[in-house]
Amino acid sequence: MKSLRDLDYSVLQQCMHCGLCLPSCPTYEETKRERHSPRGRIALMRAIADGELELTKTFGEEMYYCLGCLACTSACPAGVNYAELLETARSEVEQSGVLATPTRSFIRTAMLRVVFTRPRLLRAIGRLLWLWQTSGLQTLARRAGLMNLLPSNLRRLEPQAPKILEKFSHQLIQPIESPVAPRAALDVGRSMLDVERCPAPPPSTVRLRRVVVLTGCVQDLAFADINRATVDVLLANGCEVHTPPVQPCCGSLHAHNGDNVTARDLARRQLDLINPADFDAIISNAGGCGSHLRAYGHLLHDDPAYAQKAAAWSAKLRDIHEYLVEIGFRPPTATAPTTTVTYHESCHLCHGQKVSAQPRAILRALPGVKLRECAESQWCCGSAGIYNITQPETAARLQERKVGHVLATGAHIVATANPGCHLQLANGLAQHAGNSGAPAIEVTHPVVLLARAYAAEKLG
Amino acid sequence: MADLIDQLTQRLGTHRVLTAREDILPYGFDGTATLKQLPACVIFPRDAADVSFALILAREHGAPVVTRGSGTGLSGGSVPLPGCIVLCLAQMDRILEVDTANLTLRAEAGAITQKIYEAADAAGLFYPPDPGSMKISTIGGNVAENSGGLRGLKYGVTRDYVMGLEVVLADGSICWLGSKCVKDVAGYNLRDLFIGSEGTLGVVTQVLLKLLPRPAARQTLLAAFLSMESAAETVSAIIAARIIPCTLEFIDQTTLRCVEDFAKVGLPREAAAILLIETDGHPAAVAEEAAHIEKLCRDHGASSVRRAANATEATQLATARRSAFSALARLRPTTILEDVTVPRSELAGMIRAIDAIAQKHALAIATFGHFGDGNLHPTILTDERDHAEMHRVELAIADIVTATLERGGTITGEHGVGLAKKAFLRRQLGDASFELLRLVKRALDPDGRLNPGKIFD
Ligand SMILES: Cc1cc2nc3c(=O)[nH]c(=O)nc-3n(C[C@H](O)[C@H](O)[C@H](O)COP(=O)(O)OP(=O)(O)OC[C@H]3O[C@@H](n4cnc5c(N)ncnc54)[C@H](O)[C@@H]3O)c2cc1C
Ligand code: SF4
Ligand code: SF4
Repeated sequence: MKSLRDLDYSVLQQCMHCGLCLPSCPTYEETKRERHSPRGRIALMRAIADGELELTKTFGEEMYYCLGCLACTSACPAGVNYAELLETARSEVEQSGVLATPTRSFIRTAMLRVVFTRPRLLRAIGRLLWLWQTSGLQTLARRAGLMNLLPSNLRRLEPQAPKILEKFSHQLIQPIESPVAPRAALDVGRSMLDVERCPAPPPSTVRLRRVVVLTGCVQDLAFADINRATVDVLLANGCEVHTPPVQPCCGSLHAHNGDNVTARDLARRQLDLINPADFDAIISNAGGCGSHLRAYGHLLHDDPAYAQKAAAWSAKLRDIHEYLVEIGFRPPTATAPTTTVTYHESCHLCHGQKVSAQPRAILRALPGVKLRECAESQWCCGSAGIYNITQPETAARLQERKVGHVLATGAHIVATANPGCHLQLANGLAQHAGNSGAPAIEVTHPVVLLARAYAAEKLG
Repeated sequence: MADLIDQLTQRLGTHRVLTAREDILPYGFDGTATLKQLPACVIFPRDAADVSFALILAREHGAPVVTRGSGTGLSGGSVPLPGCIVLCLAQMDRILEVDTANLTLRAEAGAITQKIYEAADAAGLFYPPDPGSMKISTIGGNVAENSGGLRGLKYGVTRDYVMGLEVVLADGSICWLGSKCVKDVAGYNLRDLFIGSEGTLGVVTQVLLKLLPRPAARQTLLAAFLSMESAAETVSAIIAARIIPCTLEFIDQTTLRCVEDFAKVGLPREAAAILLIETDGHPAAVAEEAAHIEKLCRDHGASSVRRAANATEATQLATARRSAFSALARLRPTTILEDVTVPRSELAGMIRAIDAIAQKHALAIATFGHFGDGNLHPTILTDERDHAEMHRVELAIADIVTATLERGGTITGEHGVGLAKKAFLRRQLGDASFELLRLVKRALDPDGRLNPGKIFD
């Protein structure tokens, strides 16, 4: 069990309260109150470790008012490990039960322990949701005013639910795909000639890289096309891609919400399924998952059976953009009309994983793309895991701020690399389009744009 | 106390008066290591009238008042006292006016220094003082500490840019001191009395600042040295050559490595010391000065001299330097920063003295600072839980102070006396000057309501 008192005290001491992190903290900016700042939260955690403060409900709420966006860790010159502090504090809050209510406990168990630990169940629910969204039932129900029967919390969220795709990752991606041959088999309607002109470098010059792609939970249901695109760009860069069809959840949702036990369990299951020794790299394409997946080494460091494997895993985990840049990805060559693209950085990609230049390098390499930076690209959009469910007001204000910056760039497309941000932006932009009548800006993943550019080469 | 809080709440509303333990605990300290104390409450006034109201109430109830900006102070100035009201100006953060005809800027005291710089910059103007904490320090805090910064060598400190102040006195009266006039000698210069007064004489609620035209060009250089001595000699040589760069900063190897770990801007990790030098002004003059400085560096044994390729790189380097103090916290849990200034001719000797003190007390001391100003920040890397070591730290601090005073230096160049330095103040000032300070304090704050126990008892 994680608790603040058991934590190596120097992690808490590391904060020398210089305050340099304050201006990058969205919740401090909202209220200008120390308690809502990284320095303030750390002070509260330390007070608990020192026995100067009891673990109260207010403390629990404070820990969940924090977005977990980790902007403070990028800003902190002292190198304070805020991510670990926050996870520990939340875990202790959960153990103490100060926030427990029957509804909260039910929802937490149902979501964290039941749904998000069973990939097949999650897919089944996804399938039902898809039916609901596409069969006309949703429209019918809305028209009949049935939505008003839902509790207000759910009613607010229902239109924000991700749009489920018809096909999930395992229906779009073969368990193993190699750069040339199997790719041709999959691509219906493309002649062998096309395949011959396809970009895979001659095998003699480049050793085949072997990678495994993690498909995620929400990503798998709502953005399986992004997973497909991830596989495509890896193939186009000479990788043999392994994508196990049924993958456990990575556990990031659990770790970030104080359920350390389940998080560790899920990590072990992940390691049982995928042996890092078999691959050159383990690829994640979602900022939030990646940030947690990188930390398996630390998460399981005290587990004698798994520590070593987990460390190897951490060493091989790469964000897709990071990996593409690392292996010197091939810039696409097709000509394309000019489009303006802007980039919103997922917090856990830029602050959690320190991957910030690489997605831009990929966007800049796209033919016809003009990358226009948006103000505060590293400022949280308010999605922050399940933050828009737990703190709707703050989440909405952050969403508005973000949408404003995106619109100000005049871009046609906004690229981002995390399903939560993706949904938050898409909802915010759609709402704006609805109000103003202007066409909604497309939200997509940088890798999708890259895959499109590679595909255009073959056509052109 | 309950009555006092009730009345404050009635005027300000519940969200501007904090009393819950979770709320006030994070106001128990500032940037100074090892000092902390819980206040009775924290309040967020909206304007001078609210401040006045609070001060009058505090007098009626006999409660001490500690003014606070962002709590980045490094001498314990905004650390609370038992039973005190913390008057936090962080929410009074508006920039009220940028007067491009008179080159002035007026802002509320809680405005962040960086925002003031940016507002001036947006109008093509320049606010030079840039303390390392400028990203978050408030202008009121800067005035109260008379903060310096990286550009102090050429442009001076906060005092040199304050034209006027709105101050609330201990009795609640609100006064304006100073004006937009470049020349103004009506009466005593009371404005200056409040600059550097560390919250003990009055509460600054507004400031009127002087701005400069933005320099047309800038060039930043980074010179690496294989010994501290040659870096110090280079500084003397630059000054002796009658060149006043705007920035002449120094970082030793320990600090340099911590900074590089954080900022990753490609600092030469092998160097024993580096100098960060910036010149600004007319493009032709800048080019000539930069070339001259580069030559002087090489003549004095610089192992490498790098010029920032563009403004972004220059900003990166300056930002990296600003993180020096916090970055040092990577090495040991507690970082105790000193702030001594010696006449510039004494720099090399002072550096040697600090080295000797570190050895004598078996402590790790990293040093960086504003070399051009003679302002050094020897920073002791320690752990507050190690009592034996903390005792040696105290002895080392006393030795550093002695070494400074022997060289005609001052016990604080920019961070103020606060709680941390008050034991040494009489020694530096002498009895008569020290008593004069007390006399001033007694005249303005007869009950000792404002920040009691800071600067002196
Ligand atoms: C990383 C770091 C780097 C730093 N670098 C520098 C530097 O380069 N140069 C430098 O000079 N300092 C530096 N400092 C010290 C500190 O940032 C400055 O002293 C700053 O001016 C404090 O501003 P603040 O708003 O945080 O004030 P606080 O810490 O809140 O208060 C400082 C003092 O001012 C008083 N005060 C605050 N506001 C008011 C007001 N409105 N009216 C009256 N009294 C008031 C307080 O009572 C207290 O005594 C640094 C600090 C840190 C943590
Ligand atoms: S920047 Fe780091 S050390 Fe400074 S207050 Fe924030 S968390 Fe603490
Ligand atoms: S994680 Fe984000 S919201 Fe939380 S303290 Fe850090 S910067 Fe603030």
